[in-house]
Amino acid sequence: MMAILEVDVLVIGAGVVGAAVVRELSRYELALLLVEKEVDVSFGTSKANSGIVHSGIHDRPGTLKARLSVRGCQLFPELAAELGFLYKQNGAVVVARSREELAGLEKLAENGRANGVKDLSLLSREELSRIEPNLSAELAGGLLAPSGGIVVPFDLVFALTENAVANGAKLMVGTEVRGIKVEKDGFLVRTNRQPIRTKVIVNAAGLYGGEVAAMIGDHSIQLYARKGEEYLFDRKLEGLVQRTIFPLPSKVSKGILVIPTVDGNIMIGPTAHRVENYDLSTSVSGWNEIYSEARNLVPSLQPADLITAFSGLRAVGTTGDFMIAPSMISPRFINAAGIESPGLTAAPAIAEYIVELIKESGLPMPRKRRFNPLRSVVRLRDINPQAQAELMQKDPAYGQIVCRCEMVSAGEIRDAIRRGATTVDGVKLRTRSGMGRCQGGFCTPKIIRLLSAELGLPPEQISKNGPGSEFLFGRLRGNQAEKAKEEKEYA
Amino acid sequence: MLNTKEVDLVVVGGGPAGMAAAVAASEAGVEAIVLIERQARLGGILPQCIHNGFGLRFFKEELTGPEYAHRFMLELEKHPGIEVKTGTMVIKVTADRQVMTVSAAEGLVCYQARAVILAMGCRERPRGAINIPGTRPAGIYTAGSLQYLMNIEGFLPGRTAVILGSGDIGLIMARRLTLEGIQVKAVLELMPYSNGLNRNVVQCLEDFKIPLYLSHTVTAIHGQKRVEKVSVAPVGADLKPLVEKGFDLACDTLVLSVGLIPENELSLQAGVELDPATGGPVVDSFYHTTVEGIFACGNVAHVHDLVDDVSTESAIAGRAAAAYLRGEIRGTRWLPVKAGRNIRSVVPQRIVTGQATPLYIRARFPERDVLLQVGRGRSRRRIVSPGETIYYTVKPEEISETDGWIGVSLEGGEIDD
Repeated sequence: MMAILEVDVLVIGAGVVGAAVVRELSRYELALLLVEKEVDVSFGTSKANSGIVHSGIHDRPGTLKARLSVRGCQLFPELAAELGFLYKQNGAVVVARSREELAGLEKLAENGRANGVKDLSLLSREELSRIEPNLSAELAGGLLAPSGGIVVPFDLVFALTENAVANGAKLMVGTEVRGIKVEKDGFLVRTNRQPIRTKVIVNAAGLYGGEVAAMIGDHSIQLYARKGEEYLFDRKLEGLVQRTIFPLPSKVSKGILVIPTVDGNIMIGPTAHRVENYDLSTSVSGWNEIYSEARNLVPSLQPADLITAFSGLRAVGTTGDFMIAPSMISPRFINAAGIESPGLTAAPAIAEYIVELIKESGLPMPRKRRFNPLRSVVRLRDINPQAQAELMQKDPAYGQIVCRCEMVSAGEIRDAIRRGATTVDGVKLRTRSGMGRCQGGFCTPKIIRLLSAELGLPPEQISKNGPGSEFLFGRLRGNQAEKAKEEKEYA
Repeated sequence: MLNTKEVDLVVVGGGPAGMAAAVAASEAGVEAIVLIERQARLGGILPQCIHNGFGLRFFKEELTGPEYAHRFMLELEKHPGIEVKTGTMVIKVTADRQVMTVSAAEGLVCYQARAVILAMGCRERPRGAINIPGTRPAGIYTAGSLQYLMNIEGFLPGRTAVILGSGDIGLIMARRLTLEGIQVKAVLELMPYSNGLNRNVVQCLEDFKIPLYLSHTVTAIHGQKRVEKVSVAPVGADLKPLVEKGFDLACDTLVLSVGLIPENELSLQAGVELDPATGGPVVDSFYHTTVEGIFACGNVAHVHDLVDDVSTESAIAGRAAAAYLRGEIRGTRWLPVKAGRNIRSVVPQRIVTGQATPLYIRARFPERDVLLQVGRGRSRRRIVSPGETIYYTVKPEEISETDGWIGVSLEGGEIDD
C-alpha cells in the first residue's frame, strides 16, 4: 500500500489555468499539489494556443469572459516583469474588409468600452496603412486596441509553474487522476501513482474537465473540442505586421488572424471546427481556409516561407461563457471548465477569482511571509554581447551553440532539463531549440544526447513527448559493444 | 570589451568548400587565415557520407566522404597560416567584413577581416516547409539528419521506412537503410523524374529492388506518438494529389529528401544580393559577391551534385580572395548571364570578360538532343535533366561585350518522358 500524499489544495491539470491557479495559491501557507497526466506541463491545449493577450473588446459585457480577460490583460505587464516570460504589448487591430464592415468596427468599439477596455481608436484606411503598411490596400479601416499583447503561451505556463514550485508547491507530471472519493473534510484521489488526500480540488483539466467532475458525480460539465490549426512562417518575415491583425469577428470565432509572435515569426490561424476525436492533425482544408483568409489581410504571405504547422483543441462549454464555480456536489471542488478563448489572457484573473472562491469555501489561508514573485532564466539570444561574453566566461557551455537557427546554447538546454524538461519537445518549448527554420534537423540528435547525459538514460529512452514517441529503436550492428558500455554507465 | 582580432581572411565554414578555399588562398600567398567551423570537427557533411563515389573528378580516384575530407585535412596541416577554429559559430558578418563568433573555448570573439569567404553550405527543407498534412509524431527525419543518426551516432532509427523525395541523399539513404535491415517500402517523387543523379537511382534503388514511385507524394502522416503509416497519392500534371487514387503505406519512419536550401542568413546580414534561382549569392567568375571583399563558394552559392565541383569552385574563390587582397580583381568588367529557354539557373551569374569561366547550368525540365547555347558558343547534349548539372566553360571569344549580356539556353530538344 502506497503512502497517501496529504495536501491542502490539489490542482488537476498543468495547463495555463492550473499553472496560474497554483502560482496564485503559492502566496499562501498551503500544501499545494499540481498534477498533470502528460509528461510535462503545458503539453495539452496551452501548447498550441495562439499566444494572444486579448484586450477584451470581443466579449459580451457582463460575462466572466469579459470581466476576467480585461483584468487578465491588465495583469500581464507586471506578471511578465516578475516572471520573465516572453511577452510584448504590441497592440491589436481589428480590420474592416469593406465599407459595410465599418459599422461593425464601431459596434465592437462600443462593446470594448462597455467592458472597460481603454484607449480604443478607430482608424481610417490611410491611418491603418500608415501604421501597418503591409496590410491589404483593400481594407476599409481598423479599430486599434493598444492594450492587446502577445505572449509565448508555453513559456507563460513554465514560468508560472516554476515560480509556484520555487514557492513551495509540488508538481507531479505523468500523474493521471483515475477516481475521486468525496470524504467528510475533503477528497481521496486515486491516480496512476500515489493516492492523494486533499481538502480542496481545482478542476483545471481542460478537455478532460467533464470527466474529472463526473468522478464526484457532478455531470454538469459538458465539453466538446474545437480544433484550431495554425501555420508558422520563417523569422525572416519579422516586422511584416507589428500588431496582431484580426478580421471583424463572426458569431463563432474571432476569425483567422495574422499574429506576430514574440520570437519574431509570423503565425496565421486558427481555424475553429468542432471535432469528435482528439487527434492533432493538420489538414489541406485547414491550410486552404487559413491561407486564403490571411492573404485577404496580408497579401504578401507566401507558402515558401512556411516552417511548420500545428493544431490544438479548445475545451468549449455549453454556456458560451467560462464555467468557473464550486461544484453543486461540494463547495470545495471548484470547476474551471470551458476555458476557451480568451482563456490564456484571463488565466491570471481566473486564478485570483478561484483563490477568492477557495477562501469562501472556508479553507484557512494565511499569507506567506516570504513569497518570492520573481523568476528568471538565461536566454542568450536576448542579452547584449557584453552580457553574453561574461556569461560564456563564467560557464563555457553558454558558448557552445547547439541550435544554430535560434542560437540556443548547450548551457540553456542543460538549464531547461534541470528546470524539468524530460523530452525533446520539453527542451524545445523551453529553449526554442528546433523551432527555427531547419526544424530540428541539425540539433535533435544533439539534444537527444544532452537529455541522455543529464537524465542518466540511454538515448533509446529519449522521446519526443513521452512514452511511445521514442526516436531510436536501438543500435546498428557493430555498435552493440558501445551500447553495452553506455548501459553500464547509466546503471 | 570584446576581443577583436585583425586577420587577412576569414573563411566561414569548414566543410569541403571552406577547406578548399582556405588551402587555395594560403597557396596563393595569403598569410593570416582563420577557418571557422561550428561542428567539433572539420569536414562539414562529408564525415557522415560513408558511401563511395566521391573524388572521381577532383582526385581521379574513388573515395568515401570521410576519405575525401581527410585529404583536405592533411592539406590544411601543411599550411600553418591557416588557424582552424572548430566548435565555433559565426553569428554575424557585416558588410565591412567584421565576423562575430561564439565558442565554448573562447566565448565571443570578433574578427576584422580584409576579405571573407562564405562557405556555410546548405540545410535540408523540413516537413513544415512542404506543408504535409497530418499528425506530428516521432519518426519523421530529413535524410541528412537520419544519415547523421546512423553513420555518426550508430543508432537504429526505425524498422520500416518510406522516403519522400528522390534527391541524392534520399536515394543514398534508401540503400543505407536497406543494408541495415530497415525495410524501405517506397521512394516517392513528386516530379515525373528523379531529382538525383542517374547513377544513384541505379545503384541505390534498382540494385536493391526498392520501388520508385514517380509523380507521387505523401498526402497525410498518421500516428499520434510514432509514425504509423503515411497516405500516398499520385499527382496530376498540376502536381496536385489525386487523393481518390491514393493508398496507405504502413511504416514507422518517414524520411524527407525534398530539397536543399543554401544557408544564407549570414550573407543577407552582410547585404549580399541573392539569386532567387539558386538561393545563393550572385557571384562573378571569381565568386566575388555583390559586396566588396566578400566571396561565396560551395553549396552556400548553389547546391552542387558533386563535392568535387565544390572543391574546384572553392579553389577559384580562394585564389580570387588572394588576388583581391593583393589589390587585384577590383572593378573588373563583367557581363550578366541571361537565362533563356529551359534554363533554371546559371552560376556564376556575372561573367568576367577576357577569360574562360566554367559554368554550372541547371535545366528546368528533362529533354533529349538539345543544343546548349552560351553566348556565341554551341554544344550538343544528348540528355539534360534538372537532377544533373550541365557543365560548360565559356571562352572569351564566345562573349561579345556589345551584346551587354550572355544568353544561356537549351534549344530544339524533345521533351523527355
